[in-house]
Amino acid sequence: MKREDPPVILDSKHLGLLLESLKKSGYLTVGPTVRDGAIVIDEIDKVTQLPVGLTDTQEGGTYRLQSRKDAAFFAYNVGPHSWKKFLFPPEQRLWTLKKNGTKFQFVDIADNTTRYAFIGVRACELQAMSIQDRVFQNGHFQDSHYMNVRKNIFVVAVNCTQAGGTCFCTSMGTGPEADTGYDLALTEVITGSLHYFVVRSQSRNGAKVLEALPHKPATAAQLKTANEMIAQAEHEMGRSLKTHNLKTLLYENYEHPHWEAVASRCLTCANCTMVCPTCFCSTVEDVTDLTGENAERWRKWDSCFSQEFSYVHGGSVRVSAKSRYRQWLTHKLGTWVEQFGTSGCVGCGRCITWCPVGIDITEEVRRVTNGK
Amino acid sequence: MPAKPDAGTPGKKKPKLAVWKFASCDGCQLSLLDCEDDLLAVAGAVEIANFPEASRAVVKGPYDVSLVEGSITTTHDAERIHQVRRASKFLITIGACATSGGIQALRNFQNVDDYVSIVYASPQYISTLKTSTPIDEHIHVDFELRGCPVNKHQLIEVLNAFLNNRKPNIPKHSLCVECKRKGLPCVMVAQGIACLGPITQAGCGVLCPSYNRGCYACFGPMETPNVPSLMDWLEQLGVDKADIVRALQTYNVNAKAFRKGSLA
Repeated sequence: MKREDPPVILDSKHLGLLLESLKKSGYLTVGPTVRDGAIVIDEIDKVTQLPVGLTDTQEGGTYRLQSRKDAAFFAYNVGPHSWKKFLFPPEQRLWTLKKNGTKFQFVDIADNTTRYAFIGVRACELQAMSIQDRVFQNGHFQDSHYMNVRKNIFVVAVNCTQAGGTCFCTSMGTGPEADTGYDLALTEVITGSLHYFVVRSQSRNGAKVLEALPHKPATAAQLKTANEMIAQAEHEMGRSLKTHNLKTLLYENYEHPHWEAVASRCLTCANCTMVCPTCFCSTVEDVTDLTGENAERWRKWDSCFSQEFSYVHGGSVRVSAKSRYRQWLTHKLGTWVEQFGTSGCVGCGRCITWCPVGIDITEEVRRVTNGK
Repeated sequence: MPAKPDAGTPGKKKPKLAVWKFASCDGCQLSLLDCEDDLLAVAGAVEIANFPEASRAVVKGPYDVSLVEGSITTTHDAERIHQVRRASKFLITIGACATSGGIQALRNFQNVDDYVSIVYASPQYISTLKTSTPIDEHIHVDFELRGCPVNKHQLIEVLNAFLNNRKPNIPKHSLCVECKRKGLPCVMVAQGIACLGPITQAGCGVLCPSYNRGCYACFGPMETPNVPSLMDWLEQLGVDKADIVRALQTYNVNAKAFRKGSLA
């Protein structure tokens, strides 16, 4: 149930206490950290592992880390990873079989009982998680692997106070401020020598954790500063997308010549679908050992950009790059709505930044719909 | 899952495995020897009937499964490969040489006599074809396993699938899928490093990008490679056109998409 306590102030020097407190409560703390020239999401034990004093610049096909003049912890935009890697792992064993005479016997796989604390979840990512909830647990079919992890997570959201070059969450109505789906939400404020977080709690768990941390009530001036910073992010979105009537416009333009133009650039490499925080497609691989006595089934991230994905008897349904790109985009922004009741896009911009040749979903939509 | 080395149903004859070498460096055959614990399991599951890298003992054919390494570069080999085919029920080509012609297919772009006179002290003793060609241009191949060299886990997977009468899990999608599943940030996007991963078939375990290097396309073109688009982008990144062409003209130079791209 959503609850909202009065916002409080947590001094930046006490951020480490939040991590310690979560760890003491049995959570595995995962959050942003620098690896291989990017801010990824991984296990973190202490605040020094956060991307302190770093930010990034992003454009189509380009991502670069950059230093800041301050010691901000969360002054970056979303990177190549998303939280789906914990909820819907890229490779996961679903079951094991053992041959028993002429029969096969299932061997139970222990549930993943890890309790994750997600540190630094952005508003668009909260929305992405809520979209995947619809896919994996709120529909006709429930994915027990997903639900097992999902039910135990503690979410520390962070409001965006700056937007990246490929961000367009305001167009999708998903950010930059975390609205729902978190335990604690932080807004990081740095003014002069002051460095603090405005913290809101939205759950009993959140309130409990916050209670044990040194905090004081937020003043009206502090709230105003925080809100202004979030508004700043809203004004500096690097991209925008017109969503009005979008589904219909896409349906009406299935044969638009621009699909062919995108296809001439598209590498069908699947990067966009891998980095997308809502893409949920997977394939299963059955493996045996050499004796054939033991078998396993593995689920792996798959993509509508591969030929195998649409393979039926006789061949692939979507042979051309054009048909595959069109399928991805129209599903994400159009048929997704019919399937799950929301758009499949949260405006995080990952597919633009991490496309090796900088294909831009917002630009392609503009072309295909003739700017309508 | 390590298998028991003494696998196989008692009383049932083990399938006979043969390994054949054509123009190649032997690296792919060595991948089989490099399988360590799994090699014992393989040796338990099949009768290794012909494998000169491992043993001089040769068991007469026909063979249930043949692994063929190397490309066809001589008239003698062009005939010998037919004998291998006739002696093999199921034939799997392994490695870039066998599946695309290998690095030695660079000769296909030049006059081979020029090379011969530079490389050999007594060129008059050299009898070679003008081209280096993959095995499937000569005979029917049942399965192709890519790589320079092949990945040992994939090699075991193909043998394993054959032995258990199932489809091998050898995807033909781009290296990027494997790379993202591993959680690696794209080296080209984040660091501006030229990488052939988007046009290259997965399977190597993402060796180079794991060490902040671009992919060299050892596994050849992925299923639907868009070489011109990547080449355009690499040029925009500031890579010299000549260097891009050279990057395509390596172990899989004779693979259609790379040949076409490098000659464009």
